[in-house]
Amino acid sequence: MLLQVEGLRKSFGRRVAVDDVSFSIDVGEVVGFLGPNGAGKTTTMRMIAGYLEPEDGFAKVFGIDVAQDRRRAQERVGYLPEGAPLYGEMTPWTFLRFVAETRGMATDAARHAVIRAAHDTSLGEAIGRPIETLSKGYRRRVGLAAALVHDPMLLILDEPTDGLDPNQRQSVRDLIRRLGAERGVILSTHSLEEVEAVCTRAIVINKGKLIADAKPADLAKEHGGLEAAFRALTGGEEGL
Amino acid sequence: MKSLLAVYRREILAYLTTPLAYVFVAVFLIAVGTFTFQVGGFFDQGRADLSSFFAFHPWLFIVFMPAIAMRLWSDEARSGAIELLLTLPAPTWALALGKFLAAWSVAGIALVLTFPLWVTVNFLGSPDNAAIFVGYLASFLMAGAYIAIGAALSALTSTQVVAFVLAVLVSFVMTAAGLPLVLGFLKGAVGGGLAEGISSLSILHHFDAAQRGVIEMRSLVYFLSLIALALTGSVLAVDARRGG
Repeated sequence: MLLQVEGLRKSFGRRVAVDDVSFSIDVGEVVGFLGPNGAGKTTTMRMIAGYLEPEDGFAKVFGIDVAQDRRRAQERVGYLPEGAPLYGEMTPWTFLRFVAETRGMATDAARHAVIRAAHDTSLGEAIGRPIETLSKGYRRRVGLAAALVHDPMLLILDEPTDGLDPNQRQSVRDLIRRLGAERGVILSTHSLEEVEAVCTRAIVINKGKLIADAKPADLAKEHGGLEAAFRALTGGEEGL
Repeated sequence: MKSLLAVYRREILAYLTTPLAYVFVAVFLIAVGTFTFQVGGFFDQGRADLSSFFAFHPWLFIVFMPAIAMRLWSDEARSGAIELLLTLPAPTWALALGKFLAAWSVAGIALVLTFPLWVTVNFLGSPDNAAIFVGYLASFLMAGAYIAIGAALSALTSTQVVAFVLAVLVSFVMTAAGLPLVLGFLKGAVGGGLAEGISSLSILHHFDAAQRGVIEMRSLVYFLSLIALALTGSVLAVDARRGG
């Protein structure tokens, strides 16, 4: 099994952000995380990526507990943080090499890995320009390339298409679909259309709890459309 | 080791591709010159040595070293890039050491660029060059201590200015504790023994000792331990983030 999450829990102060979340993922699955803002999607992803430590429960990547053996687990995970933070003064080339070398790759291996990741994300000639001068779409691709540089089996992408224009969204989705065929992918999104387009499974999280885990088509069938399912499951009490 | 080098290179690149390092070095050199000649009376002393140059280092460093160290962690936290950094499979100590060494290198370059003063005293007379070398060594070690302290405080906040102010404050207290004035005050307040103890733990005490031309093992150990301690502080502060 690629990823096993069991009884994951995290609170900040008195607020419980993630409460007893369990699920697992196999190779070939693209899992969409759905839920309102503040539902606990990002916190869950951060715990799997080893940025936050869970209070209770565990996340295991290929059987390696992320909290117990963090670095060994992180070697197998590619992570795109929300908003894809980067170092603006670097070029994608120097930035990606930095990521590859910090991951422990030797100089030559790092160079090849960067060329491959840049090719996979169609960075093109943008690779030599300072990141801060690039468009949002290109920056997101650089973030994706950074998550891909070590060819991980598990990809965790926090809102990979957020803030992109329709063309850029489409190309990122194509990329995710391609990558997901032989890996496992978790992506969070607010776009239900995206879940239908790329995800083989949807997990709905609300108020820190996992409340649904099913095929997008089944969710849609049960509630009469994915949007209706989302509203029915997550309350939608936030009316005007 | 690979990750340490990668972080070191990235930080050096960040210093060089932004105006920060250049401005820092230029202003530092102007300040050093001003203090050495105007305040220290370099030419009035009639001695061929650099004591009027070194004497101001602790007080200049209190402001200058926090200025190079302040961005090390706080900037990562502000931009969110820390999330990227901490999800790479690198040990936290390698990240902390790489960042520290990069900032320390910039300080080292600034110190090396004061060489015209050394040339000047050698032109004017025949100074004890071994003593000058020891002076530089002590100054460099002291710079490392201030930078390590600044880096640790930078790991506690996501605002550079806050990191700077905290570092100046802590550096000042750790330095001024060695002033005779403070020692006198402490003797009255807490008694002679404790006052001497506090004073001998100050940065100034160990720097002054080295300015007499010999760097004692005690001072060497003091500066290196201070650096190690502050770096440990950085690592703990960064790892505490994972606890949320």
